[in-house]
Amino acid sequence: MTRIFETPIYPYQRSADQDAPAPVRHKVVVVGAGPVGLVTAVDLAHQGVPVVVVDENDKVSFGSRAICFAKRPLEILDRLGCGQQMVDKGVTWNLGKVFFHDREIYSFNLLPGEGHRRPAFINLQQYHFEKFLVDHIRHMQADGAPIEIRGRNKVSAVGLHNDHVTLEIDTPEGSYNIDAEWLVACDGANSPIRKMLGLGFTGQVFEDNFLIADVVMEAEFPTERWFWFDPPFNKGQSALLHKQPDNVWRIDMQLGWDIDREAELKPENIRRRLHAMLGSDAKFELEWTSIYTFQCARMEHFRKGRVLFAGDSAHQVSPFGARGANSGIQDADNLAWKLRAVINGEAPEALLDSYCHEREQAADENILNSTRSTEFITPKSEISHIFRDAVLDLAEHHEFARPLVNSGRLSVPTIHDGSPLNGPDAAGLPAETRPGAPAVDAPLRKGWLLDRLGDGFKLLAIGIDVPDELAGIEVVQLATDESDALAARWLGGAGRALYLIRPDQHVAARWLEYDRDAITAAHDRALARQ
Amino acid sequence: MPQLTLHANIPAPDDFYEALLAAHEGLSKAQSDALNARLILLLANHIGDPGILREALEKAAGQSAG
Repeated sequence: MTRIFETPIYPYQRSADQDAPAPVRHKVVVVGAGPVGLVTAVDLAHQGVPVVVVDENDKVSFGSRAICFAKRPLEILDRLGCGQQMVDKGVTWNLGKVFFHDREIYSFNLLPGEGHRRPAFINLQQYHFEKFLVDHIRHMQADGAPIEIRGRNKVSAVGLHNDHVTLEIDTPEGSYNIDAEWLVACDGANSPIRKMLGLGFTGQVFEDNFLIADVVMEAEFPTERWFWFDPPFNKGQSALLHKQPDNVWRIDMQLGWDIDREAELKPENIRRRLHAMLGSDAKFELEWTSIYTFQCARMEHFRKGRVLFAGDSAHQVSPFGARGANSGIQDADNLAWKLRAVINGEAPEALLDSYCHEREQAADENILNSTRSTEFITPKSEISHIFRDAVLDLAEHHEFARPLVNSGRLSVPTIHDGSPLNGPDAAGLPAETRPGAPAVDAPLRKGWLLDRLGDGFKLLAIGIDVPDELAGIEVVQLATDESDALAARWLGGAGRALYLIRPDQHVAARWLEYDRDAITAAHDRALARQ
Repeated sequence: MPQLTLHANIPAPDDFYEALLAAHEGLSKAQSDALNARLILLLANHIGDPGILREALEKAAGQSAG
């Protein structure tokens, strides 16, 4: 059986650019067709910005890699018109179980509050995620969207200029040159673009190895996330079991620092480990195995002139908490509308500095969370180990200790407090929808709030009339009694509210009274025009 | 703002001290370390207030450094 990740899905094709007498200039070139590059490109094309994606490969990710996609990224995909197939294919899980030594010490339910369209998480192999996006791009192309993917196109040189970037690209038929007005580097943690530009990537390397095994098995295990601290089958280390679609199970096993990597990767040794974990009579096939180490690191600035970095190229976290791909997709969401506004001349380049401000803030938050999880899962000192075990011992019997157990703080969106794009806040409205926050979904009489917001600037008016037409802002008028969730999340105790929502569905500003000048000023501010 | 209590607050200090040592009686160093850690976590949760916990951490750290 040929596996999905072994089949070329964007095979090399000769481009007219390769025969052009002079380098062809493109509006935006995205380097890397992983989740972040694909979402960036889809978002740009969705907003009408012509984009070319180049990738040195021609296939989806090898192996499952990122497997947890969180609520906010799913909402972003909904905005782009491809969330539903992800959710339909993905495995929805709510229950997590925590084991210590040979016993289950407690379980937790991730079930979000009522009134959200999307679950907290789905499990979906990265190769499915990428395949759905490539399929979506094919549909967009059929509808005439300005988007193109070039497989086996490897950037071999990059040159920075004031108003463009030059690229040399190697292909199976030799190299060619193109220019890009803007370059988005989504080329992963080892980002060749970052290295070619000599930009730093600093942080902390964790001295540990993790074995990942994707196994196909018909198993009785329920659809839950099981996490083991110091289990009998992996003494002194940790382990994770997670279900993916198609009867594929993800197993992560911590191996420690001093290992014989080659020996550990031998199928017979992996099988022996898995039998110890799953039972000697477990029947499974190995789909993909890998050993990884990780670091928490980030670039100092996510922008270098006309080059913008998004996803792992800009920041890397430990895998605990699923904060890699999820934060990268939110980078794309944050960047695409800003790039469009700058390219269309609606906003100054300074708007792109707010991308750095906001997403560097998010990277710091993700690195902080993932570093803390790593410290708990793999204690670095004797006393850290003592406290970790004490927390786990107490958690078995006492509810109070469970919030201290940290097997990964699962990805939630960053609220961009202090963003230069934020406008005024109004006292008395709920904290969760304050300026800088991503719009919180709520059911309406028909459909969902986030679908009504879509993209583009919106003035969400709940229980208040908007008498004017506003340039560049579409009004979404709702009654206060659409749903209890809408009232709780967007009104609190107030009887009415006005929200200016950015194209990435983040709150820019909010008021209790209509004031045309204030709204125009907040709109200008959200576009960095003042 | 509540503050860390630094005046004598344990009604029968000798009784408490005896009970504290008795809890460790017969334990190995590793078992005692684990007990201490559990005790700290239980008491910290009981206190709850982040300001008081921070103050207690600072006081404890300052003492050992001094």
